[in-house]
This record gives sequence, structure tokens and C-alpha cells, in this order.
Amino acid sequence: MEIKNDWKKYVIAFLITVIIFATAIFLTNYLNGKRMDNVRVIQDKIAIDIMSSETQYSLLSESSCKDVGKTTLSDELNSLGQKLTFQENSLAADNQELALLKTYYSLLQIKDYLLVKKVAEKCNRKNVFILYFYKNDCQDCNEQGFVLTHLREKYPDLRVYSFDAGLNTPALQTLVSMFEIKAPFPVIVINEKTYPGLMDENNIIKILPTWLTATSTKATSTSSKN
Amino acid sequence: MFELSNLLVYFSLFISVFFEVFLLLTFLEHRTTIQSHQKMNPNSFPTATIVVPCFNEEASIFGTIESLLALDYPKDKLKIMIVDDGSTDNSWNLIQKYKDNPVIELYKKENGGKHTALNFAISHSQSEILGCLDADSFVAPNALKKIVWHFEDPTVMSVVPSIKVFEPKNVFQKIQKVQYEWGIFMRKTLSFLNALYVTPGPFSFFRREVFEKIGPYRQAHNTEDCEMALRMQRNHLKITNCHDAYIYTVSPSKFKALYRQQLRWVYGTLKNIIDYRDLLMKKEYGNLGFLVLPVVFISAVSALIVTILFLARASIHLEQFFVNLRNINFNFGWPEFSFDWFYIKTDFHLIVGLAAFMIVISIILIGKKLAGEKLHSATDLIYFFIIYPFIAPIWLFKAFYNVLTDKKTVWR
Repeated sequence: MEIKNDWKKYVIAFLITVIIFATAIFLTNYLNGKRMDNVRVIQDKIAIDIMSSETQYSLLSESSCKDVGKTTLSDELNSLGQKLTFQENSLAADNQELALLKTYYSLLQIKDYLLVKKVAEKCNRKNVFILYFYKNDCQDCNEQGFVLTHLREKYPDLRVYSFDAGLNTPALQTLVSMFEIKAPFPVIVINEKTYPGLMDENNIIKILPTWLTATSTKATSTSSKN
Repeated sequence: MFELSNLLVYFSLFISVFFEVFLLLTFLEHRTTIQSHQKMNPNSFPTATIVVPCFNEEASIFGTIESLLALDYPKDKLKIMIVDDGSTDNSWNLIQKYKDNPVIELYKKENGGKHTALNFAISHSQSEILGCLDADSFVAPNALKKIVWHFEDPTVMSVVPSIKVFEPKNVFQKIQKVQYEWGIFMRKTLSFLNALYVTPGPFSFFRREVFEKIGPYRQAHNTEDCEMALRMQRNHLKITNCHDAYIYTVSPSKFKALYRQQLRWVYGTLKNIIDYRDLLMKKEYGNLGFLVLPVVFISAVSALIVTILFLARASIHLEQFFVNLRNINFNFGWPEFSFDWFYIKTDFHLIVGLAAFMIVISIILIGKKLAGEKLHSATDLIYFFIIYPFIAPIWLFKAFYNVLTDKKTVWR
């Protein structure tokens, strides 16, 4: 009986499979590149917005507090943060470009934090700031991130800034030493007071000022009436 | 550990995509042969014996016998041997009504398993070709004629048909319908590769010299049809497929019966491949030894590993989800859905998985076409893709457990 091995077909099938895999690699890289571009565009826009706010602030002495709009930058920063987290989860931990974008993001957050704080002091506005420091290889940090995202949605006046404590940027490291951030992570700073370790919703709410938590409930009940 | 598991997933993906591409190429290469074969009619009719092994089949035995009597085949060349393998129900009494039919011979023996019933009939038959039909299956009237044409090639020693699910009604039967259609494609393609490794119980035919040369059926882990095919391959006896000879089989409608049947098949196939491991990677056994048997074994192992990895990851995510909800006092609103292309997952293995999925769909559609089916609705496909990946690992796990612990499976 004739037994033949279709070697030619083996080679063609192998090549087709390699082409399918190569296309998948190419598509993955291409789409990740597109995502990075998207992140970069948003960051540039935020950078311009912050610069514009800073300029506005410098002009403050010559104008009244009424003219300084309540910045909505925080929302944009949050959505940018979410996109970076998504990329962090799908890319290799040592991706250089991602690290660069994260550094940029951290600097933008610090600038926003300083600016909003200054405006709040000058114009007598109330604000609550949470600075959240995480590390990449920490399980509790994922949980802390989830709790903080939930709180931010619950209390829109709460400003949460998240920082990868592993990033080696002088401005960020200054923040780290200012608030004495050290392991165990996560560490959160609520209105300039440092709380190390994972905190659930109840523990954080206990620390938050009552005007914030009360406003939110009121706002929710008002909106539900509408 | 994570890296290793990723590597395993990539390896399994590569092997399965390669195998699927190879099968599709083979099919495309031979598609003109398929069309020309469909029009052929036999020039002569060899004497044929059909064995119906029967063990407690009172519910379906009539349908099986009647479908055989309705075969379009010269009656003087046809013999139907019904072998009651020690039934404890009323089967034997019921089949007495055929005792005067010249085509039918009735035998009763002590229970010894399907392979003993088959061997009993083989030793009592003088026909040129022999086939078997399980008492839960029916044949299309032209099935034997179609099969006989293939025996006009003197090198062909066995012809296997296409098996379809008889009137699939519930979810499990519809899932099996797709599984059988997949099987129809596989059998056709493997026959082009000369790599068929099962001569299925329902209506596979053999020249009588096959049994004279390589001996009768064996118990073979309750999958005597797989063992017979492998033994024929070892002895270089050619097996071919007649895809338009349609056999209809009643498939299990309850999970437990389906589980037992699939467990027996997977376990039997694995055990027989192990028994016939001398066929692996030998040039003289061609595509069967080089590609088909190793891939069948590897895909079973990798399906098992991928399932374990999937379950492990899913349980970690579930646990994380629960902890997160606990941390916010289970007080959560539905997340707001706003479409942003940014968040569409485009992982490497998702893209390759999608490509593999498209090939599988094409294979099943070709299977449907070979089965003479039209695509009326996609419900069976939807059931298959949603449910099968979750139930198949159950018998796969058990089959491996049984192989490793040497535990035997039962017929039903």
C-alpha cells in the first residue's frame, strides 16, 4: 500500500500558521501603538489645560475668584488614569514607553493637585484630596484602587490622584519623602495625613469630612427626585 | 509559572491552528474528487452481511431492522444477522417475528460484550464484505450501494460512512449534531490523508479477508472500532470514507448518558493510541503516525491544561471581584457603559483564537455540506460553542484520570 507524506503541504500549512501568528503579533503591536498615541494626545491636551489654568491662576490677583471656573480636569485625568491602567495590565511590566507616559501622567497630577489646592486656599473653596501610592506587584493595591474608584464615583467632589511609587521621578520622589510614604503598600494620604495599608470604604469614610459625605447623599437624593 | 502557562497556551494554539490549516488544505486539494465520487454507482454487488449486535434494545431494534430491510440492495446478496448478546429484556422475543424472513438470521448467545457478538457473526458468515449496525442506528436506503462502489478499488479494505444524529431535539442532541458534522469533515479529510483511526461501529464495512489476516475484534477498552482501525493501519490495510452513505444514530438526550458515551470514546481513544504507540513518528505510517495520532493526543492534553489554567485564572478573578465588592460593602451601581475602542481587548491569543475559531466554523460548515444539511438556523452552532467548551472538560478530566489510574469505563 502506498503511504506518502505530504511534506509540501506540511510546509505550506506551517507557513500559513506562521503568517496567522505574525499577523496577530503585528495587529497587537499596531493597536497598542494606537492606544499609546491616544494616551499621548490626551496627555498633551491636559498639559495645555493645566498650563492655561496656571496662567489663569497667575492672573488671579488681578481678577476675582468667580472667574476661575471649577476645573473639570479631574475627570479627564481619571479617564486617562484608567486608560493607563488598562495598558499596564496588557503590556509587559518593563515597557519603556508606558513608564514614560506614566511619569508624564504623575507630573500632570501633581501640577493639578498643587493648582487646585492653591485656588482652594485663595478662593476659600473646600476640597478633599486623596493621594494614593501603589506598587505594581502588590495585591492589596488592586483592591485599594477599586475602593477609591468607587468612592470617587460616589463623591464627585473628592479628588483622587494615584501614583506608582516605583517611578523614579524627582517630583514624585519629593512627594514620597514629604508624606513619608514607605511599605507596606498601598499608602493613601487624605488631606495631607498618611495612612499606610489597605483601607476599605468604611475606614476611609470615617476620615472624610462630614460636609463631603453629607453633600453626596443630598445630591443623590435630589437627583433621584428629578 | 505565568510565563510557562502562557507558553503552553501559545504552543497549543500553534498546534491546533496548524492542524486545522493542514486539514483544510487537504480538503481543498481533493474537493473535485468528492464531487466526482458522488455520482458513481457500483458495477457489481458483492455478498454482504450486516451484523446487528443487540443487548437490551427492545425500544429501537425494530427501526434498525426495518431500515436494513429497506436497503436498496439485491436481496439474494444480503444477509442480516441479529445477534442477541444475552439480553435480559424482551428483545429476543420481539425479534422472533423476523424468523421466517429469508434475509434475516437470528442468533442468541451468552452475554460477552459487543466485540464477542461481532466475532460470533463473523465466524458464521461467508460473505465477501461484512458490516455492523448498532441497534440504536438506522441507514439511508442507498447507503450500502454507495459503500460498495468504493470496494471496486481492490486496495480498499474497509469503508466507513457518515454518521448523523437522528432528529436532534434537545440541547445535548444539538451539540452532538455539530460534533457529528465535524466528524463527517474529519473522516473525509483523514481518509484523503490515509489516516483514519476509527472504523465507527455503525455501518463500517470490511472485506472478509481483513479478519482472516489480522484476526477478530478485541475488547479494546470498549472502543473496538478504534482498535480495529489502528490494527488495520499497522498492517497497511487501506480504510476509506464514503461521505454520502448516511447513517442516523439516536444520540443521548440526557447529560449522564452523553457523559458516559463521550468518556468511553475519549478514554478508549487515548488508551488505544497508547497501545499502538509504535505507530507514532514512523515514516511507514505516514500522516497517521506523524501528524494525526500525535495531534489527537496532544490536543487532549493541551485542552486539559488550558482548562485548568482557565479555571485557575477565573477563580482568582472571581475571588478578587468578591473581595472588591466586600470592601465597598456590596454597595455598587451598574458600571456605566460608554463605548470606547480603547478598551476592546486585542491580546495576541485573542486574535489567534479568533482566527482558529473562523477555521473551525468553516470546517463545521463544510461538514454540514458533506452531510447534505442546509443551514436553516444557527442554534445548534450557538449551543455547541457556548456549552461544549464547558461540558467537554468534564469527561476529558475523568478520561485522563481513568487512564492514569487504569480505571476501566463501562458501556452504559
